[in-house]
Amino acid sequence: MPERIVKPRLGVWKFASCDGCQLSLLDCETQLLTLSETIDIAYFPEAASRAPRGHYDLSLVEGSITTPADEARIQTVRRRSKYLVTIGACATAGGIQALRNFADIRAFSAAVYARPAYIRTLATSSPIAAHVPVDFQLHGCPVNKHQLLEVISAFLAGRRPGIATHSLCMECKSRGHPCVLVAHGTACLGPVTQAGCGAICPGCNRGCYGCFGPQDSPNTPALSEALTALGLSRAQLQRLYRTFNADAAAFRSESERHGD
Amino acid sequence: MMSAQMDAAQVLTGAGLDALLQVLKSRGLRTLGPKIRAGVIVYEEIASVADLPRGWTDEHSPGHYRLRRRDDAALFGYTVGPHSWKQFLHPARQCLWQARRDGAGEQPHFEPEPSDAQHFALIGVRACELRAIAIQDRVLLEADPQYRARRRDTFIVAVNCTVAGATCFCASMNAGPAVSDGFDLALTELTTSSEPLFVLRAGTDIGRAVLSELPRRPASDTEIARAAARVEDTAASMGRQMPSEDLPQRLLRNLEHPRWSEVAERCLACGNCTMVCPTCFCTSVEDSSDLTGTQLTRTRRWDSCFSADLTYLHGGSVRQSTRSRYRQWLTHKLATWPQQFGTSGCVGCGRCITWCPVGIDITVEASRIAAGESG
Ligand code: SF4
Ligand code: SF4
Ligand code: SF4
Repeated sequence: MPERIVKPRLGVWKFASCDGCQLSLLDCETQLLTLSETIDIAYFPEAASRAPRGHYDLSLVEGSITTPADEARIQTVRRRSKYLVTIGACATAGGIQALRNFADIRAFSAAVYARPAYIRTLATSSPIAAHVPVDFQLHGCPVNKHQLLEVISAFLAGRRPGIATHSLCMECKSRGHPCVLVAHGTACLGPVTQAGCGAICPGCNRGCYGCFGPQDSPNTPALSEALTALGLSRAQLQRLYRTFNADAAAFRSESERHGD
Repeated sequence: MMSAQMDAAQVLTGAGLDALLQVLKSRGLRTLGPKIRAGVIVYEEIASVADLPRGWTDEHSPGHYRLRRRDDAALFGYTVGPHSWKQFLHPARQCLWQARRDGAGEQPHFEPEPSDAQHFALIGVRACELRAIAIQDRVLLEADPQYRARRRDTFIVAVNCTVAGATCFCASMNAGPAVSDGFDLALTELTTSSEPLFVLRAGTDIGRAVLSELPRRPASDTEIARAAARVEDTAASMGRQMPSEDLPQRLLRNLEHPRWSEVAERCLACGNCTMVCPTCFCTSVEDSSDLTGTQLTRTRRWDSCFSADLTYLHGGSVRQSTRSRYRQWLTHKLATWPQQFGTSGCVGCGRCITWCPVGIDITVEASRIAAGESG
């Protein structure tokens, strides 16, 4: 009798996000075929508000929690998942939409919607880990497809994912890119940002925007001092730390020290 | 005295340097050398002399680097950039082995270590870099067969420095600016605005063989004296110096100096210093499997004592604080390396000073800490 192999079930869940991280999964092209042969993929877009059924060996969660309905839904996803991995800046740090955490959400609703009373939203955009225990966090805006495949492969094999948490500078230097901060005087968040993107921006003569969030030992005040010496104003510094990972602790506290 | 005669200085003029590159290529070597990319002198594949940074020099200070025009046509009229030869000899990523199995539950077959042995000719190696290569040889030659394979056939064209950078301190490390050994050919540049001119000598049999194929003439006494004077001027114009007396003992006596905490406040724990350092060799080993769990790969990649994961043991990292990581880095370089490998771990190239985004200066930190609490 041929051996029947039960494929692991993978759930892909979407909360408040732009879909960019899921696109990283689609971007895996040839590996995607292997992936679909290896595992059963069930995809749950945000719109599918029905309660999840069955159990998932691995759940990839994209997006942040911004509504009371999602607050409840993530609890169900957690209960039904053996492993829950958050992917992307929204799921791991609240995303760009966490800029609301620095402002008054009612003022935004009133400015955007004709009938703000119909809007049921939370005052903050929060990461998944603020609501449920998370087994692994994959950073990035969007996540890097090689890292995503590495995390999925690692969970399938029951091993630790090989995802470095050190600075982007180490990746930048490993690739031999000239340093834009030292050689051009360009503001770069690389020293306080986690590696993983492949140092794309310094490789194109741009400073790092911090898409992968803080590295494991971020010294943001010291970097701000160096950037101030390059001529950045307090407002520019605040702006630099307040993008996709604005509410990640190290970036948040640093942005609050600067401003107009 | 045979070799002294053979190694009498020669002069390479006009197209001599291009001829050298062509001879090295014809021997199957990849010619690697200085080239300008994105405002920085990097080490890359060079096809001909036209690739070299003719007429450029580099300006260094802590956390700052800019290219500047020279008023002559010198090809090696700069010091060192962020690259070092370790990126070729001890690459940032290297596959150690692979294993494959036919399916889950099957025994894996180990596939022989992929051999990527490439043969390099390194063009423009400075004295401090020769010393750094010798230091890495000491650490890696025996332990790492892939390093050994690459290193065995490496042809080295060294260059005596005729300019010192503001962050250079090789003279106080006894590592430069004059090359003494470890090269196949050594050049001193006497180029003027109109004419490329190099005094060169061979250091090995293969260097002599290559030299014999080049258009050349014996150097005159005046040329030899001019070349020596240039290198002496360089030694006299070093931008910095490292305190030398009893440095290891003085550093190790000051492991609780308050300066360690002060430097940790400024240090970004970014690892740039260790990445650019030509002697730093630390790596981490990563095992990965593919989606099907049938292909396994062990990869080695550069790591740094500034990354938390380098000292990760069960339960966490041994060196949690940036203070402990900076202290590990500096004391290993300057104090415990001599005990471990018989030389300093620093050759005074100044890269870690220039390429530190916040301009932390190893010579300043070492002096302050070695001076004790009163420093
Ligand atoms: S360019 Fe940015 S990421 Fe790269 S080494 Fe410089 S500071 Fe670090
Ligand atoms: S410690 Fe700094 S100066 Fe010394 S060899 Fe390394 S990079 Fe060069
Ligand atoms: S000394 Fe400078 S280059 Fe080294 S880790 Fe600290 S901030 Fe980065």
